[in-house]
Amino acid sequence: MINTFMGNLGHLMAIVAFVSSLVTAYSYFQYFKANELEKASWRTFSRVSFYIHTGSVAMIAFSLFEIIYNHRYEYFYAYSHSSKALPVHYMISSFWEGQEGAFILWAFWNVVLGVILIHTNKFWEGPVMIVFSLVQAFLVSMILGVVIGDLKIGSSPFILLRDATQAPIFEMNPDFVPEDGTGLNPLLQNIWMVIHPPTLFLGYASTLVPFAFLIGGLVTKRYSEWIRPALPWAIFSAMILGMGIIMGAYWAYVTLNFGGYWNWDPVENAVYVPWLILVAAIHTMITFKKSATALKTSIVLVILSFILVLYATFLVRSGVLGDASVHSFTDLGLSGQLLIYMLFFLVIAVFLAARAWKHIPTSEKEASVYSREFWIFIGATTLGLMSFQVILPTSIPAWNALVESFGGMSNMAPPADQIEFYTKFQLWFAVVIALLTAVGQFFWWQKMDKKALKDALITPYIISVLLSAGIIVLAKVYDWKYIVIVLAGTFTIVANAVILSNLLKKSTFKLAGGSLAHIGVGMILIGIMFSSGYSDVISINMSGLTYSNSWEDEMNKEHVLLWINKPTQMKDYTVIYRGRQKKVVGVPEYVPAKILESTGNVNEALALEDYKDYFKKGDLVSIVLEENDYFKIDYMKNEALQFSLSPMSQFNEGMGGLISSPDSKIFLDKDLYTYVAAMNDYADPEWKEDEIYEVAPGEQFHISDFVTYFDGAEVLKELEGYTLQEGDVAVKAKLRVLDYDVEKQLEPTFIIRNSQVGKLPVIDTELGLKVSLENILPEQNKFVFKVNQYQKDYVVMKAIVKPYINILWIGTLIMLLGFTVAIYRRFDEFAKMRDKGME
Amino acid sequence: MKKGHIIGLGIIAVAIVIIMSSIGDASSYESFGTAWEMKEDGDDKAIHVVGQLKKDATGEVTGLEVGQDKTSFTFLLVDNEGTEQKVFYNEPVPADFQRSESVVVIGSYREKEIFVADKILMKCPSKYQETDVQAAGM
Repeated sequence: MINTFMGNLGHLMAIVAFVSSLVTAYSYFQYFKANELEKASWRTFSRVSFYIHTGSVAMIAFSLFEIIYNHRYEYFYAYSHSSKALPVHYMISSFWEGQEGAFILWAFWNVVLGVILIHTNKFWEGPVMIVFSLVQAFLVSMILGVVIGDLKIGSSPFILLRDATQAPIFEMNPDFVPEDGTGLNPLLQNIWMVIHPPTLFLGYASTLVPFAFLIGGLVTKRYSEWIRPALPWAIFSAMILGMGIIMGAYWAYVTLNFGGYWNWDPVENAVYVPWLILVAAIHTMITFKKSATALKTSIVLVILSFILVLYATFLVRSGVLGDASVHSFTDLGLSGQLLIYMLFFLVIAVFLAARAWKHIPTSEKEASVYSREFWIFIGATTLGLMSFQVILPTSIPAWNALVESFGGMSNMAPPADQIEFYTKFQLWFAVVIALLTAVGQFFWWQKMDKKALKDALITPYIISVLLSAGIIVLAKVYDWKYIVIVLAGTFTIVANAVILSNLLKKSTFKLAGGSLAHIGVGMILIGIMFSSGYSDVISINMSGLTYSNSWEDEMNKEHVLLWINKPTQMKDYTVIYRGRQKKVVGVPEYVPAKILESTGNVNEALALEDYKDYFKKGDLVSIVLEENDYFKIDYMKNEALQFSLSPMSQFNEGMGGLISSPDSKIFLDKDLYTYVAAMNDYADPEWKEDEIYEVAPGEQFHISDFVTYFDGAEVLKELEGYTLQEGDVAVKAKLRVLDYDVEKQLEPTFIIRNSQVGKLPVIDTELGLKVSLENILPEQNKFVFKVNQYQKDYVVMKAIVKPYINILWIGTLIMLLGFTVAIYRRFDEFAKMRDKGME
Repeated sequence: MKKGHIIGLGIIAVAIVIIMSSIGDASSYESFGTAWEMKEDGDDKAIHVVGQLKKDATGEVTGLEVGQDKTSFTFLLVDNEGTEQKVFYNEPVPADFQRSESVVVIGSYREKEIFVADKILMKCPSKYQETDVQAAGM
């Protein structure tokens, strides 16, 4: 029986949420306009309305999760994003795998922020919540799924499978419910994908807060007062968005196969740019608080950061990127809606800012070169140019679409080598930023003139030059570009460390946010330089094969082919592929796949052998995601095993084939990153023609390249899986096949019953052999074996050394810590002013 | 000249450099025909070609040849104008390659017979467009 209740509930709640957001916007508007007498009642009404909205958004999320959690595959969303084999934490990922779920997540964060704002603000509640409610109306409209005439508004996640597809099965049986869903994309089956999207969307959602305060400031003509409440939120937003980006990068590093953490893919660029702008906005806002300049710049940057988040959403979710991105985003037909959403707020913000422009206080005096305002302005400008350089080429597909919508033709494509293209600019911008953070901090805390500057900078300068020299010599950094980065990075770290220690001596930790964050930036820069600039592919193919094309020899073969058990030399290591493994519930290590046999039930297998103390032969064991294979790669040095890596791959029919993830050995000073790029498919082998061997017991012979011993045969009293009857004869031959250092027992069996012959061949998928005992010739004392070969198991693997990548990760943590300290300080300031009744 | 003007001019200069390089380094979508013309004109710039894998009458992909050490392969790509071209890719065959609906190759001609792809983007049949629900369990 199909369930329609949850879907109807979810859909109803979406409509309630949409209507209540509009009602809230209207009533907050009335509250805003109302005189003192009526204000209280309008406020109560608006709040109740917003709480209804909050409740309905929560119910939307609940309904969708209930559908996924209870495996209701009659719903399209559950069918296409989940499956029965998924553990609960991955069901959470299923929730936001689809775009509709992502919008729900976004809307959910917005209401959480809205509730917090209602309770932390006095004066700003009205105007801020109007903006919030309008944004919510747009967001909820994306999942509304209402059709008016030809106009489709939103794409509902609550539609039934039978309405979403035209599968013929539904004509025969409209109540058909598929047994299982098509599952979650294996790449998203990662713990980082459980926490990365909520973090990123909280970052997205929180850019709304400073924007809403700004709009509030513009309509209430409090052109500068909005900065104080907006600032802690702007820093919060930059921190969360930054954290989301880093989590995404880390996820890409541990799950994707492109061999790094950043690819300059449009999807990455689309979040990187608003983050840079937001960081620039924070700096100008702080400057304004200190010296009443840069207000106009702050206004422009805050508007820009919010609009760029919407633009990013538009790029990523409208399908406009099409052929330009490796991410396949499907067009749900929301591009028009997304565009209206973005333009609506862009027009309003520009209109309000333009109207207020000449009333916004500016300082007439030009900033001196020795003032902090000057340097902050240069820094913000650099961040702006940095963003511009990224967003311009990223928008090429959007530009093509625009030209084409006016009937033109544009065949522009993004740069062919994106990493090289972006790096050659971003690298130098980053160096400028690093130097500015170092110098800027001194201007920030001290009054400067020529002499004071020289005195302040001389010590950190000398220390950082000495330190850099050490790094350059010890880590062998001989590329002049990288030397510049090391210098800039260490200069930032040292200069900010000096500031930090002065601050800690004189005052509290509360002020340390800035210098901590900047130390983080310096470490990130150096970490990126080492891990990417000196990333070293060690899996260079030295097979010595000559290629059919002469030019092919010139190309680096960055993968090695590893046959099972065969040692292969790879730089300092000898690597050996040792076969496939599975993850078994309750076993802390991987278990060889060959001792497990699927029972046909989801994630269940029968143990064919004992495995340590964990399970016995004949036990039923539960596998964690049975589609996952972990390929055991042994790394040896001087004949001794150093460590094993187990890169993963998953064969997923419903998702479209194979997807694999790397595994890394983490050293203090480097990562060794390994992934499997191709592997043997032995599911449906094409056996080669029969080979017949006649061998006497005790004899040695060769099957293909394998040295094989025929140790003898025995007559069986009992046979597993068969009931031997009176008069039956069962004989088992014992073959020992040697493959390098591995010895395998193959035991084909031969049964005679009522002069009928039955053969039980053995198949060894690792060696790619099928052996059966064909006949016994007692008079010659010989046994006849039939052998079919397929091919030995193999993997094609890539291994990369990434030096000092830990500096990057530690740097990001320090930067995030700096942000946190700054949020605390700025919120404390705001709260004090508010409690004095100033805001 | 005031300092503000100098900075303003500096910003404009950098912005112009950025715009020029974005246009200059931007690749383009071509057909194999125009790509070969570019190569003959001495333009080795990497370009994008969108096409489909060549399929035989039964709908199976044909012309896929995997190198002996399995670390590279060649395949036949038919561009949107119907030109068929052998393409070389110096990587193992991507897992869902044969299932892809359309393939974007980014690279350039080495010689007339062979187009060398530096990068391949695949558009795979999205599950959103999957119209036939597998009646598993029926």
